[in-house]
Parts: sequence; C-alpha cells; structure tokens
Amino acid sequence: MNKMIKTDDVYYEYITHIEDDLVVQAVKGVSMSIEQGQFVVILGRNGSGKSTLARLLNGLLTPRKGTVIIDGIDTRNDELIWEVRKNLGLVLQNPDNQIVATTVEEDVAFGPENLGIPPLQIRNKVDESLKMVGMEAYSDYSPHMLSGGQKQRIAIAGILAMEPKCIVLDEATSMLDPHGRKEVMDVLKKLNREKGITIVLITHHMDEAVEADQVMVMEAGRLTLKGTPEQIFENVEEIRRAGLDVPQITSLAYNLKKSGIKIDKLPLNVQDMKNIIKGLLSRKTSIEPLHLSSTYQEEKNITQGESEPIIKVRDLSHVYLPGSTFEQRALNDINLTVNKGEILGIIGHTGSGKSTLIQHFNGILKATSGTIEVDGLKAEGKQLKELRQKVGLIFQYPEHQLFEETVYKDIIFGLTRQGMSEEEMKARVFHAIEILGISPELLEKSPFELSGGQKRRVAIAGVLVMEPKVLVLDEPTAGLDPQGSSEVFKILSNLNKQDKTTIIIISHNMEEIAAFCDRVAVMHKGSLAFCDTTANVFSRYEELKNYSLDIPKITELFMELNNSGYQTQKTVLTIEEAQKLITGMIYKEAGGVD
Amino acid sequence: MVGNITLGQYIPGTSILHRLDPRTKILWTTLLMVATFLIESWPEYAMMGSLIFILLLISGVPIKQSIKGIKPLLFILAITAILNIFFTGGTPMFEIGPVKVTYEGVFASVKLFLRLVMLVITASLMTITTTPMIMTDGIEKLLKPFERIGVPSHEIAMMMSIALRFIPTLLEETDRIMKAQASRGANFDTGSIFSRIKSFIPVLVPLFVSAFKRADELAEAMESRCYRGGKGRTRLREIHFSRLDFLVSIAGLALLAIVFSGRFML
Repeated sequence: MNKMIKTDDVYYEYITHIEDDLVVQAVKGVSMSIEQGQFVVILGRNGSGKSTLARLLNGLLTPRKGTVIIDGIDTRNDELIWEVRKNLGLVLQNPDNQIVATTVEEDVAFGPENLGIPPLQIRNKVDESLKMVGMEAYSDYSPHMLSGGQKQRIAIAGILAMEPKCIVLDEATSMLDPHGRKEVMDVLKKLNREKGITIVLITHHMDEAVEADQVMVMEAGRLTLKGTPEQIFENVEEIRRAGLDVPQITSLAYNLKKSGIKIDKLPLNVQDMKNIIKGLLSRKTSIEPLHLSSTYQEEKNITQGESEPIIKVRDLSHVYLPGSTFEQRALNDINLTVNKGEILGIIGHTGSGKSTLIQHFNGILKATSGTIEVDGLKAEGKQLKELRQKVGLIFQYPEHQLFEETVYKDIIFGLTRQGMSEEEMKARVFHAIEILGISPELLEKSPFELSGGQKRRVAIAGVLVMEPKVLVLDEPTAGLDPQGSSEVFKILSNLNKQDKTTIIIISHNMEEIAAFCDRVAVMHKGSLAFCDTTANVFSRYEELKNYSLDIPKITELFMELNNSGYQTQKTVLTIEEAQKLITGMIYKEAGGVD
Repeated sequence: MVGNITLGQYIPGTSILHRLDPRTKILWTTLLMVATFLIESWPEYAMMGSLIFILLLISGVPIKQSIKGIKPLLFILAITAILNIFFTGGTPMFEIGPVKVTYEGVFASVKLFLRLVMLVITASLMTITTTPMIMTDGIEKLLKPFERIGVPSHEIAMMMSIALRFIPTLLEETDRIMKAQASRGANFDTGSIFSRIKSFIPVLVPLFVSAFKRADELAEAMESRCYRGGKGRTRLREIHFSRLDFLVSIAGLALLAIVFSGRFML
C-alpha cells in the first residue's frame, strides 16, 4: 500500500502570548505514517498540538525540523505545495469561517476555480460532490441558512470537488450537535469506504474514535499512543492522564475489572459489553429478578421533597418576526415549573425551541403570549431589571462576549451597573473566582491572553458575581475536551450544593444530563413534549428516539439486558450505579447473599 | 435584536434580466439612474415609470414581494418629500399660520418622492436579478482595464463578495453578543445618545475580536483550497458579453440619447 502521510521527527514551535513571551513547543518530534485508504483518528485535549499538526500536514505550516511527506511530496517544496493541498484537503473547526461564497454551489466551486479547471468540468465536479455529501438539494442556498452539520458537509464537498486523496478534519465536529456530527461521520465513512479516500479525523469525541482503523493520542505535542481502538482504549489510565476519557461502556468495564471481576478485553460498544455480561452470568440459566435499590437514586429524590417553585411558565408562546414573510412560531403554549434548588436539564433536537425558551427566563425575549414568573417577579416593566439579577443567563461560547482590558473589569461589568461599592464588588469577585478555580493572578491580565478554558470560566464568573438565584446555561461544555467538561460540571454541582443555586442546563450530551440533572424537560418542535425525573425520561427510549434524541450508552446497555431476559433495574443512568448492579448480579449468581 | 433586511435580496429566476451579463445590467442601472435625475416634466415621469414597471414585470419578481421590500423605506422617502413642501416658494395653495403650502411645493414633493422610489426600485432590480458573486465578477471585469494604473480589480471584487458573505453571519453575532451583555445588565435602549454609543463598546470589542479571528481562519481555509490570487483562476459561471447584451446596451444608450437630445433641442 501507498504511504499517504509520512512525518519524520517533526518539530514546530511558536511563541505564545499566554505566558509572557514563553516559547511553547506545539509539536515535538512527531513521527507517523498513514497508509492510503485508512480511517485514522487523532485524539488530544485542547492545546495538545493537534491543530498545529493538521496545519503541518497540508503545508500551511512547514516544520522547523524534520520532514512531512504527503503522497511522496515534501511540504517544503514550494513549487509543488499546491499539489500537496489539492491531494490533502483540510476541514476546519468553525463551519462559518471556511465558507467563502454567498451560495452553496459557488462555494463548492471555489477550489476547482483556483485550480483553473474549465467551467463545464467544474459544474460536473460541483454536482457530484454535492450529491456525495447529500446536499444537492441546497445548491442555491445561502450558507447562513444552513445548520452546522450542513455547513460542514458543504466544506467537505468543497474539498471533494478538488478530488483529494486524503481529507484531514481539524475538530470539524466539535461545534456540531449529535445529529450534525452523525451526518458528518456518515459522509466520512462513505467517502472512505466507497472512494478509498484517506480520512484523518482530529477530535476529542471518544465515540468517533471507536470505529477508526487506527487511533493516535496526542499529549503536549507528542504522539503518546498508537494502535487500533481496542488497543488504545485498554490504556484507560494513560488516556485519562492525557485529559481525555474512554467511552462510557469501556469505563464501566474497566471499573468492574479493577474491582476484581474477570474481563479479558475491554469492550467499546454496548453489544460487546452485553456479551461479556452474558458470559459472566452463563453458569446459571435462570436469572432471578434483582431488587437492588440504588443509593444514587435516593440521594437525588431528596431534593425533590421540598419542591417549592421558583420559575412558573404558563401558556408561553413565542413567534419570531410576526406578520412578516419570515414569521416563525418558535414556542407553543409551554407550561413548566422549575423548583427551587433543583437541577433541570432541557434536551431537544436543534431548532426545538430550547434556546428560545431559556431566553424568556430573564426577559431577554418577550413572550408573544402567556406569562413567566420568577420568584414572584414578572418579566416586564420595572420588575425586569430585578428579574435579570435573579436569573443569570450564560449563552453558548460565553468567552466570545469578553471585552474589557482586564479580567477583573470584565467580571464586574454587570455589578458596576448596580451602583455597588468597590469593596463589595471585590468580595463578590473573589467568591466567584474561588468557585470557578480562577487563580487571582489572572485578574489583572487581559482576558484575550487566556486559554480557551480559562476564558470560559471568566465569562461564567461575570454572571456568577451577580449572585443569581437561578443560573441558566446554554451548552456550557460545547467545544471543551472531556477534562474541561467534567470540571465545568463539578463547578456547577458545587454551586448547586453550597449556594443552593437552581440550575437549568441545555445540553446535547445525554451522559452529562443523565449523571447531573434531577429532572429533564424534553422539547420538540417548539412544544414541551414531557418533563419528568431523569430516570423516567430516559426510560422512554422509543419516544426520545422519535424526537431524534439519544440515551446514554449505559442506559442502553441495561435496556438490552432487560430485553434479553435479565430482570434488573430498568433505567440506569450512571457508571457507578451500573457497576453496583452488575456486581450484585454476579455475586448473587455465585451464590452470595444479597 | 437586529431585524431582517429583505430589500434587494437576490431572488432566483430565469428571466432575461437574470440572464443578462452583469456589465450590461450595471450599465443600464447607471443609465436609468442618470435619467431619473434628469427628467422634469410629467410625461417624462410617466415614461420613466412605465419603463421601470415593464422591467419589473420582465424580471418575473412578484410585484407584491417588491412592494414589501421597499415598504420600510417608503416612510423615510415620504418624510423627505413632505419636508420639501415647506421649502418651495410659488403660488400659495393654502396657509396655516406661518406655514405656507404652494402648488409648486406640492408638485415638487410628489416628483421627488417618485424619483426616490424609482431610484430604489432601479437599484434593487439589479440586485434582485444578480447573485452577489456574478455582480462582483462583473465589477471585476469592468475594473480590469484600470489594472494598468494599479487598481487591484480581482482583490476588490473578492473583498466585496466576502463582505457580502459575512454580513448575515456578523449580524447574527451582533445579536448574540447584545443579548449576552444585556443579560449581564447592559442597557442599550435608554439614556442620552452619548451613553448609548458608549454602551455599544461591550458589543463592538468582541465583534471586532471575532471578525479578526474569522478573517484569520478564512485566510487559512482559502489557502488550503489552493487560492493564490486572481491569476489563472476560472469560474463556475463565466460571464459572457453576448450579442443580446450588446444589443440591449446599445438600446439603452440610444434611448437615453433620443429622450434627451429631443429635449435639449427644443
């Protein structure tokens, strides 16, 4: 087989402003080789050097030391650089920032146009490429009318039109919802299988790595692990040390293995795990029902005991641009009560009205009809200002709103509008940064010098200093790697326990929702489909599927077990819970006393 | 918080106007605009109005939609015209206190109003029937002869089309940032003009930061897709100055010449 990509001891360093003109080596001695036709996933947390590596592969950057050979051409060869870029296409993270033209087909044509291909041939290539990514119906559309997943498919089509041998995707799925990610993954798998195009997918989504031919892990500029997904995910500790995580199922098996249960090979998907459990329980044919009440469940029920409402939504409807040709009904007669001190998750497909709904909670959007009441305050007139202080709203990618000269000034932005004394503001800032784990030395720095994760915390601090009773977050972990995400959830959890802050959270990550929320509201096409305890919501698998929603892999595993005759607790939400139940099943079978 | 602008947005179609070369359309638009400024008498207004109306019919754009498009502007145009009433002297029509309304004033205002409406429709006829990409291609070709004196025609055209591409994206972003800052207690709606302008700093700074970041990434994406300037570049839709374009352009020039030569001779 041909070598598509070959790098030999590649170094690239750049001077970063993060820590006063310190030289940070982005890529340190990377050697790898990828064969034509492979599907390779490169995993690494934010700042591990994987984006730099992507840019080295198509010659946007050239190595300071070492060589990068793409299909036999050295990227330092200036005369053949366009050949390299034609052969190896690069898809970037932000779908908005790589579309050049004002219509879909003109954008797909951009690459071939640059190559000087005659118009008739361009037309053919554009049509073929759009068909390949399933976007042929959108050729006249304006890019801003498309969803994120659609935009990324257009970006892929734009590269396909140049007939590449290899496509490198630099976190191209990280800003997409699960549906958009699946769209993109399906297209990539098809291109790899049917056209033999080499795919190099750089990501921090573990589930995307499961199906790869080869997985590489990057940590602080080095490739630390290489192998098949099975081989890679055996190294649970090493992967976690790299700020990543293993798939939920693998994590469960690993915990069981550590507790002394015999598992030879860690599974990556539900089916394999089911077979392992079957194997472990095979000695006994009839399995008795298990009545193991989970302590986890009980803990969660306590908060529901004192259900005193804090937000009351009654018959709320919202229509965008009423009376115009763009009129759009976004919310339909929503009735919802949020209780004091609870953590409420809101899930739903993109466009289901989740974001519109939460923007009513602090009166940023006005209801077209219906009412909303927060702690006795109405979202109108003079009460609006007070209401906005009670409800802190954190939008997606909140770091994009930072603007002040220093972190401190940015955090107090909201407080200065309340006419608060210097001392009190200072006290509040220090309280907030303590909760968020922002070091006080950062306060005098410019927010633009911070890393992505730090910026997000500063932006969250800017809302926390207002000491809201209700904190509403829209996708707070979007774009963060597994370690960054789990830190955000720890912070929110503490805030809920210590300051008794009510938390409302929108997320597409069902594992996060399942492990973290007391109750979950399911939105569909602008209506509230249902709202119930987390366990009850995830037990309605079929309905969720109809709303294009998923359930956590652990939950799926237990449903499968139930379906194949193992009578165990139906809805299981966390790894800890699952571990306890499976251990119980095994001991019970071994003749142990329940 | 930022409204949608529908005026003059491209509407796909197959009419002659859609198919003409953008250079022809730019020429005609210029001619029509010049003519609109030159006409004076009522018959001339009638002729001009019917010509524009016929063009609108040819374009195949639903009349209802075009009226809706200029609706928000009508108000501003009407105010401009009405103000004109009070500043024109002549035969009085009626007087209310110190305000004197003259026949000349009323006629002048009506004419001004019609003139402005015709200008707006003429300009949007061009943008309704031409995609921004094709339009910038036309501008690039028209500027080509000036390259010798150092006008970067390709770069100007590329900049224009990228700007058009990012207007909706940046509007969305402005909306998002305004909402985020309002959630943090910013106030955009009240206070003096000075304090309102000041309240936009928290919106403008992040907007610029992100625009620069977008520009950086876009440059990377363009380079990755083998962009290296206008040299040797082909186009998906090459624009052709056809025989039809030639005839239509000549007809336009002739029409203007006939109308105004007759007038200056009299």
